[in-house]
Parts: sequence; C-alpha cells; structure tokens
Amino acid sequence: MTSVTEPPRESFRLSMLLNDKRYRFYTFQFVALLLLIVFMAYLGWNLVRNLAILGQDISFEFLGTPAGYDINQSLIPYENQDPHLRASFVGVLNTLLVAFLGCVTATIFGVLAGVLRLSKNWLVAKLMAVYVEIFRNVPVLIWILIIFFVMTAALPPPSAFRGDDPSSTMLFDAIALTNRGVYVPKPIWGAGSGALAAVFLASIAGAIYYRRYATRLLYATGRLLPMVWPTLAILILPTLAAYALLGGPVTLEYPELRGFNFQDGIQIRGSLIALWFALAIYTGAFIAENVRAGILSVSHGQTEAAAALGLRPRRVMSLVVLPQALRVVIPPVISQYLNLTKNSSLAIAVGYMDVTGTLGGITLNQTGRAIESVLLLMLFYLLISLSISAVMNLYNNAVKLKER
Amino acid sequence: MSDTHAEAAQLAFVRQEPIPPAPPPVAEAGIVKWLRDNLFSSVPNAILTLASLWAIWWLLSSSMPWVFNGVWDAGSLRECREILDGATGACWAVVRERWAQLVFGVTYPEEAYWRPATAFVLLFVALAPVLFPKAPRSLLPFTAVYPFLAYFLVWGGSVWVPVMAAAGFVVGYLVFQRLVAQSFAMGFFGAIAAALVFWWVAGFVTPTLTAIAPITLEAVESRNMGGFMLNLILGTVCVSLSLPIGIALALGRQSGMPVVKWICIVFIEFIRGVPLITLLFVANVVLAYFLPPNSTFDLILRVIIMITMFASAYIAEVVRGGLAALPKGQYEAASALGLDYPQAMRLIILPQALKISIPGIVNVAVGLFKDTTLVSVIAMFDLVGMIRGPILASTDWNGVYWELFGFAAALFFVVCYGISQYSQWLERQLQTDRR
Repeated sequence: MTSVTEPPRESFRLSMLLNDKRYRFYTFQFVALLLLIVFMAYLGWNLVRNLAILGQDISFEFLGTPAGYDINQSLIPYENQDPHLRASFVGVLNTLLVAFLGCVTATIFGVLAGVLRLSKNWLVAKLMAVYVEIFRNVPVLIWILIIFFVMTAALPPPSAFRGDDPSSTMLFDAIALTNRGVYVPKPIWGAGSGALAAVFLASIAGAIYYRRYATRLLYATGRLLPMVWPTLAILILPTLAAYALLGGPVTLEYPELRGFNFQDGIQIRGSLIALWFALAIYTGAFIAENVRAGILSVSHGQTEAAAALGLRPRRVMSLVVLPQALRVVIPPVISQYLNLTKNSSLAIAVGYMDVTGTLGGITLNQTGRAIESVLLLMLFYLLISLSISAVMNLYNNAVKLKER
Repeated sequence: MSDTHAEAAQLAFVRQEPIPPAPPPVAEAGIVKWLRDNLFSSVPNAILTLASLWAIWWLLSSSMPWVFNGVWDAGSLRECREILDGATGACWAVVRERWAQLVFGVTYPEEAYWRPATAFVLLFVALAPVLFPKAPRSLLPFTAVYPFLAYFLVWGGSVWVPVMAAAGFVVGYLVFQRLVAQSFAMGFFGAIAAALVFWWVAGFVTPTLTAIAPITLEAVESRNMGGFMLNLILGTVCVSLSLPIGIALALGRQSGMPVVKWICIVFIEFIRGVPLITLLFVANVVLAYFLPPNSTFDLILRVIIMITMFASAYIAEVVRGGLAALPKGQYEAASALGLDYPQAMRLIILPQALKISIPGIVNVAVGLFKDTTLVSVIAMFDLVGMIRGPILASTDWNGVYWELFGFAAALFFVVCYGISQYSQWLERQLQTDRR
C-alpha cells in the first residue's frame, strides 16, 4: 500500500526570503519597487528644489498665450497672434503631412528597388544593391542637409523667371522650381465640386463592386471577366462626364510671378521637399531590403507547385508568392513607417516647422517651459507609435498562420 | 556476328572513335552567353539594361570630372574658383585646410591631437580579440585596460582617476569571486557594493595620490571635443554601455516577476516610442531639473546617458527576439540539469540567444552610430555640426556644400558599411549548424 506522506511543513524563517524560491520572488520585486520609488522620489525632490531655486512652476497655461511667431508652411489658417496650442497643432499637422508623403514615396522607392534587386538583369540588380548600401549607410541627417543645400544652391531664384528672356522657365507653364521652394497650381473648388466628388466616390464603390462580382462569377461558373480595363473605365469615365456636364467646377490657380516672388498657387518650401525626399530615399532603402527578404522567404517549391498546377507566371506572383511574401514584408515595413515618422523630427535641422520645430523649438525657447513642452512632445510621438503598433498587432493577428 | 563484320568490311569508312564535342556556338558560350543571359534575355530586359547604362554614364560623366579635377591647395572658395577658372571641379582644399577641425573639432588643443589619434589606433588593438576569434587571446587583458587608457588619453588629467576606477572593478571582481560560490545574487550585489565603497574611498585618496605622484596629461574638458572624434566617442561608448543594459532589460522583460517585467516594458516601450531628438532635448534642457541643484553634469555626459538609454531599449528588443527564438526545450533542459536561473542564462540560454541576435545588434549599433550626428541639433559640434556651424559660416568656405557633405557621407559610409560587412562575416563564422 502506498501512502502519500505530506512534505514536512517548514515553519517560515526569515532567511527563506532570500533562499527559498517561493518567497525570493517577492523579495526581489519588493526591492525593485522600492529602488524605483526611491529613484523617482529623488528625481522629484530634485525637481522641486530646482524649481524653487529658479522660481518656476509647472503649468500648461503658456499654451493659451499668443505665440507671436510666424509659421511659413501651414495646412490650417494660422497667424502669429494665435495661441501656442494652435501653433503646436499646426506643427502636428505638418509632421503628419511629411510623414504621410514620406511613407507613400518610400514605399514606391522601396518596392521598386527591392523587386529590381532580385531581377535577373545583372546590371539592374547591382545598381539597386549600390543604391541600398549607399543610402542605408549614411546618416539621414546628412541626406536631408545635402538635398536641402543643393536645392537652395542649385535652383534659380524667382527673379530668374522675370523678363522677356528669362534664364529659367516654368515646367508646363505651371510648376516653378525655385530656391525658395516649388510652386505648383492650386485647385479652386467651385460650385458643384461637391457633386463631382460624390460621383468619384460612387465610381470607386462601383469599381470595387465590379471586382467583387467578377471574382464571385469566376468562383461560381469559372467564367473569367476582364479586370483591368473595366475597372479603369468605371473609375475615370463617370467623373470625366460629370466634370463636363457640371461645366468644369474645379479650376487650377497657376502660380504667377508678381513683384519679387511668385504669388498664388501652392508653395512647397524647399525644407519640406528636402525632408520629404531624403526621408523617402533613406527609408526606401530599408524597405527595399524588407521586400527582398519577404520575396526570398517564399520557398521556391511554392512557385514550382503553382506552375505545376498550370498557373501563368503573373498569377503565380499574384495568387501564390505575393500573399505569402506580404505576411513577412508588412510588419517590418510598418515599423519603417514608424521610424520615418520619428525621423521627421529632424525637420528642425532645415527649419521645416513640424511639431518639434514649433512646440519643441520656438515655443520652448520663447516661454522657457522646457519640461512641459518636451513632455507634450514626447506624449505626441508616443501616441503615434503606440497607435501604429496597435494597428500592427491587429494585422499580425489577422495574417498569423492558422495552425491547429 | 561474322555477318556484321563482313558488312562492316564492305563499307567504305567506319569511324573508330567518337567525334570530339564541337565547341558551343558563339552565342552560347563565354561572355556573349553571359551577356545574353544576364543583360539582354528579353526586350524589356534589354531596355532596362540600356536605361541603367545610360544612368550610370550620366552619373559618372557628371561627377567624375568634378571629383578628379578638384583643387587640393587653396585658402578659400574664391581662390579655388580662380584656380579652376570656370572649369568644373571640386574644391577639396576645404577638407585639407579644415582637416583638423573636421576630425577633432575647433577647441581641442592642437598639441594634444596625438592623444585621441593614439586612442583611435589602440581601439582596433583592443577590439581585435573581441571581434576576431582567431586573434591572439593574450590581447584580452589589454581590451580590459583599454577603456581606462582611452579615457586618460582623450580627457587627460591625473592618471589616478582612471586607475582608481579600474581598481574599483578589480575589487568588485575579487568580491564576486569569493561570494559567487554561495549564490550568484550574493556575489553580484556584493561586488557592486564593494566597488561603490572603494570608489567612495578613492574619491578622497586620489588628490593625495596625484600630489605624491603627479602623472598627468593636460586635461581637456568635454565641451572641447568635436568633429568626427565626438561621433566615434559617442558611438563606441554608448554601444558598449548599452549592450549589458539591453541584455538586462531583455531578461527583465522575460522574467516571471510582474513588477520587474512591467518596469522593463514601460521603459522599453517609452524609449522606443519617442524620437532620439526629443531625448536629446531632455539631455539638453530638461535633465538638469532632475539632477541635484548646483551639480555640474557636462552636456556630453548627459547626452551619453540619454543615447545609452535609447540604444539599450533597442538592443533589449533585439535580444528578446533572440531569447524568444530559442526552442523551449533549451530552457527545460537547463532546468532538468539542475542549473539555477543565473547559471542557465550564462551557460545555456544567453550564448545561443546572443548568437541569434548578432545581426540585429549590429544593425542597432550602425543605426546608433549614424544617429550620433543628431547631437548637432542641440548645438554640439560633431562632424555635421562642425560643417553646418563654423566651417560653412566662415567667409572663406561659405558655399562648399557638396565637398563637405560628400566627405562626411564618405566617412560614415566607410565605417557603417565596414561594420555591416563584418557582421555578415561573423554570422558565417558562427554558423555551427552547417550541414
């Protein structure tokens, strides 16, 4: 007969706090927590003493006072008597603008370079390898400065466009490349442009519906409808027709040289272009490597199996290789987007007024509210990062290999 | 049988040996085949090839004359232009004339240039046994001495400061050796306590020692460091400090103790969520509020603290990836052998996890080295800061953008590309699971 003997119940001794694994965890955590609290208290105490010596306090009231500085590129109306809060908001929008533009362009560069680097064409593959290595291995700050200085030094001043025989001319009479920035036409939304936008949105919905219908038909009956041309037609034709019917509601306002500078149109400052372009080619080089790794991660057997099933090369790519590669490619690409957004804070080096330039730059220097400004700045970036990682986690869960 | 022989005899000619293989057609051999396969396999490919050739020709034809027709000997941009007399050519004279400033900064004393230069050369000697498994092991003691030697060379001052600092580590190590037999935690914390006590005492002894045996180099303050030297100092110091901290953070994030785990998670996610620039702002304008009043932490030290925090959060994530990639069996096997946590980590887990993380760690190191240029934004005169500030602002060299930034880009490219090539080589070396 077996009998289970209870392990001898030891009475608790103080030394078990260090030696017994069951209790040691609590000791360590208690010590860690204590150290953290002591450390924080020390910092807080120093802060209080320093503030007392300097006669300052922590307050966010400065956000309501007039900023008193101009912002040369703004998406929303802004004047220098607006409060600091609005100036910061202009900066936030500028950050988001350059981040968005940069992400789109970097994706284009990255996908092109990544795919071409795997090309069977030896010369093209090597050329792309050189692009990736050169741009990955030089600091992005240097690229931003190079492009910025070259733009200001190499492009003509607006005065070069003046006179009967100007030394520079506008591209297509619409785009002026000057050392003060690039001037492009500005769309003027006249009466009826709302209807035009509605027609365009409806045709997007129609195109999506058509593609869904074609796929359903293919699965149900095996009949293959043409895809590319009908989609393009649905997208473009109704909008064009509506534009003609409504009598051209949207017109373009061309930039024009008046006085010493171009007036009208949209001015894209050199700082924005330098930042945008530098971030795009720098991040594009990293994205190219992600894309290449993703495509290489799909084993050759998959391609061969698809070919053996009789799929044509294009379909092998779109139905077999890409869906598997994208699962590998997208998470690192999203973290590259995040890096690009964080790197856009280098705008301060070329004077583009993003949130680091307004809140962390001029506002901080004018009001002397260093702690508050830097805290708000960090919270803003933290918010962006955390929301992007949340999106990434959702995506990762959605495309995770469904295993038993 | 004989029939066939007889038939054969009647034929006019029978070949006795096989025909030697004919050479392949010209289009299927040698360079022509290679060209056809790799460059002109189809019409779109041929177009791509021609387009690339045109792009390469355009790049080279517009940049090479500029590079090789450069002026190396001139005192200012104006002189350069006079010498060139309208021809295209770079003004490399700026690199030559401002070489010392680009490398050492403006205010580093000229007669002391040999010191950081020596430290730079010795860096390779110290790194050799760490980086190359085949380098002589006898160099390892020198590697241990190097940080203190480099500090003495670059910053100068009394030799006793770095000697005492090193002695503190020795004392800590001895205490660790004695106590580790009882438990790892005991040895570890005992060593830290012993070293701290030793340094506290040494703080009183050092001035006396300096008075008795004044072995000193001229002291150079941190704010006088600049140029590429500053980038190298920040890069090497921060990477080497952030490695142990990053490993500790990664282990903390993996640990079963919720408090420790959450401290690590919050720290890592916070640091990774904000740009380095904001952390540099903290170092520049905010950190002083959190230090004791009237304490004089110089800017370079504050920047080193912030960059190290930044890098260690990234390294922690890389190491965590390595830890997660290890099969669970390794952890269980270590427990089954009866190893406790520190032993299992030291002997089983970390060697494998770190090996997996090498490419990631090198990526972080390269990224960090590139990010050291960001200190120019907070008015420190590193290589980029020197170019943007004193050199481009001077009347002599106002406008030589291409040459200066090209030079800076080339310097960074050489270092970063070298490091990444090294990491690929090391990965091949460490590939033990070769089949």
